[in-house]
Amino acid sequence: MQQKAIYLVTVSVFFCICLPLFLPSLSLAGEPIRIGVYLPMTGPVAAFGQMEWAGIQAAHQMHPTVLGRPVELVLVDEKSDRIEAANAVSRLLKKEKVKAIIGSATSSNTMAGVALSEKAKIPMVSPTATLPLVTQNKKYVFRVCFIDSFQGEAAAIFAYRNLKARRVAVIVDRAQDYCVGLASYFKKAFTRLGGKVVSIAYCQTGDQDFSAQLTSIPASQSDLLYLPNYYAEDALIARQAQELGLNIPILSADGAQAPELIKIGGTAVEGLYLLAHFAPEGAATPLAKEFMKFFKKTRHEETSGFHALGADAYFVLLDAIKRAGRTDGDAIRTALASTMGFSGVSGVIKIGPDGNAVKSAVILQVSGGQFRYLTIVKPW
Amino acid sequence: MDLSLFLQQLLNGISLGSLYALIAIGYTMVYGIIRLINFAHGDILMISTYFAYFGISVYALPWWLSVIMAILLTALFGILIDLGAYRPVRHAPRISALITAIGVSFLLENLGIVVFGGRPRAFYRPDFLNKTYEMLGVHIFSLSIWVPVVTALLLALVFLLLYRTRVGAAMRAVAKDMEMVQLMGIDVNRVISLTFAVGSALAAAGGIMWAMKYPQINPLMGIIPGLKAFVAAVIGGIGNIHGAVLGGLLLGITEILLVAFLPSLAGYRDAFAFILLILILLFKPTGLAGKDTIG
Repeated sequence: MQQKAIYLVTVSVFFCICLPLFLPSLSLAGEPIRIGVYLPMTGPVAAFGQMEWAGIQAAHQMHPTVLGRPVELVLVDEKSDRIEAANAVSRLLKKEKVKAIIGSATSSNTMAGVALSEKAKIPMVSPTATLPLVTQNKKYVFRVCFIDSFQGEAAAIFAYRNLKARRVAVIVDRAQDYCVGLASYFKKAFTRLGGKVVSIAYCQTGDQDFSAQLTSIPASQSDLLYLPNYYAEDALIARQAQELGLNIPILSADGAQAPELIKIGGTAVEGLYLLAHFAPEGAATPLAKEFMKFFKKTRHEETSGFHALGADAYFVLLDAIKRAGRTDGDAIRTALASTMGFSGVSGVIKIGPDGNAVKSAVILQVSGGQFRYLTIVKPW
Repeated sequence: MDLSLFLQQLLNGISLGSLYALIAIGYTMVYGIIRLINFAHGDILMISTYFAYFGISVYALPWWLSVIMAILLTALFGILIDLGAYRPVRHAPRISALITAIGVSFLLENLGIVVFGGRPRAFYRPDFLNKTYEMLGVHIFSLSIWVPVVTALLLALVFLLLYRTRVGAAMRAVAKDMEMVQLMGIDVNRVISLTFAVGSALAAAGGIMWAMKYPQINPLMGIIPGLKAFVAAVIGGIGNIHGAVLGGLLLGITEILLVAFLPSLAGYRDAFAFILLILILLFKPTGLAGKDTIG
């Protein structure tokens, strides 16, 4: 009896000592690599978050493993809110212990998240934060989209040369760094070309009434309305411009490319031009063709710009982890900073040490309730 | 600023202000009768627009039928909220009811996100409301005419209900002295349920007009209209029905003129409304139209 007890104790003690030694080898074989995702799934810019999440999920279904280990995605909703974005990143870092983060969709909220991931030395890849400030003096944040200094200039050139605009009115959402930044890049470039920004009016995210801002536009005799805002505001501005009998062309930016723009804008957005990241007609890489087919098959809708960039954020991050061969933050960061000509869904992506991608943009026009591809603008 | 431009801005202001007024009527009426600031008023408004949306876009009912259904369903919904949330704290201190109302507001918003999804939906606008007329260089959008008309009509109906019907008399009596009314053998809970039904129906009318004018709806759309209507009600004197209309018009017109004359401040128009609220509370807490509460 006693012997049996001693024997049992010895065996169990032996196991307790050995177990931790076995654990790493057991888990390393198949322990998932956790990647955090924080996106606006609700709130004013929910369309971006939901489209990017769909793109990320489809990309994950296509390539669910890296380094022979499964990838596990952890999604936190940042509710289109800066404070919630910081909370989301803090949760991903502390509670979920993720190795890398994808997010967020808008510039202001990405900046709120970056402050924390930078300190934790966890790399972050944003699908669509286009404001140059997002990556400035930051070591661990990257993006797979073009930046607004390029976008603003491209819009100005298109407005001046193709639309023959000379006097432009702008309505800007003051609550978003993206909108304010883009408006100033556009103004700088447009003035340099010889045009004039004749009126700038402001609004706030979530505003519904723009009649006061629009009423003062005809007096300025502008021949183009530039709206560097998100889709909900732009759709309502376009509608109210139509109601007030303001018949000048509208040029918008990548933040307007959501189905809601057309659903809410109706006939008022017919003929609206916008600069965007991606058009199925312009997709050229093998991955793009493969992804678009897969997306159509699994989700029953066409790939849009935000689907493509969500997918690209995932693919680029996965590619970096593969090249790093390890999952510590610094190794992934170094690999991300040397992304040379990765053939993504939205085109060939080259990311420099500054964290920014150099890419071309496309010009789309709304016609017949669809975004139609007009032309491509290459970076200079 | 020339005359036609000024007139246009004034019209913009009246059109926005009458929407605020329309929403504020229901807000202030409920307060006047049971002394409860129903912070969920804006969210009831949001729910009503979804009722109408589902009627029109999902079940493909005729437009007018959907609107009537939405108003009736919202009235029922208001009664249910009263039953579930407010009746249990009827005799608790007033602050408990206020906190409950804030809770109901958050519940409805998040329920909306779960049930309807967070992305905005386009709200249908019938063709006869889509016309724009031009007079003296002023563009008059047909909805801008309809909203003040509907507001005036509903205001008249509320007064008729309160001062020309037995139920209205009971409501005014409850506003005066709830316990006394109970002793007289009147079913106070029924009167209050009816008050909520009418208040919610008014919220629905306001919400549907709001969604017609700004044709996108989302689960958080009720917050700003609700707060603005609350500010309008306080400006006019909370509990005072014609004061609420006055406050709404005043708020709408000053907001628009602020943006028109000081375009650089346009991003701060909501802040302006709340500064106005603080000033009113500091210097004239009973509101402009004074304490002429229901009764």
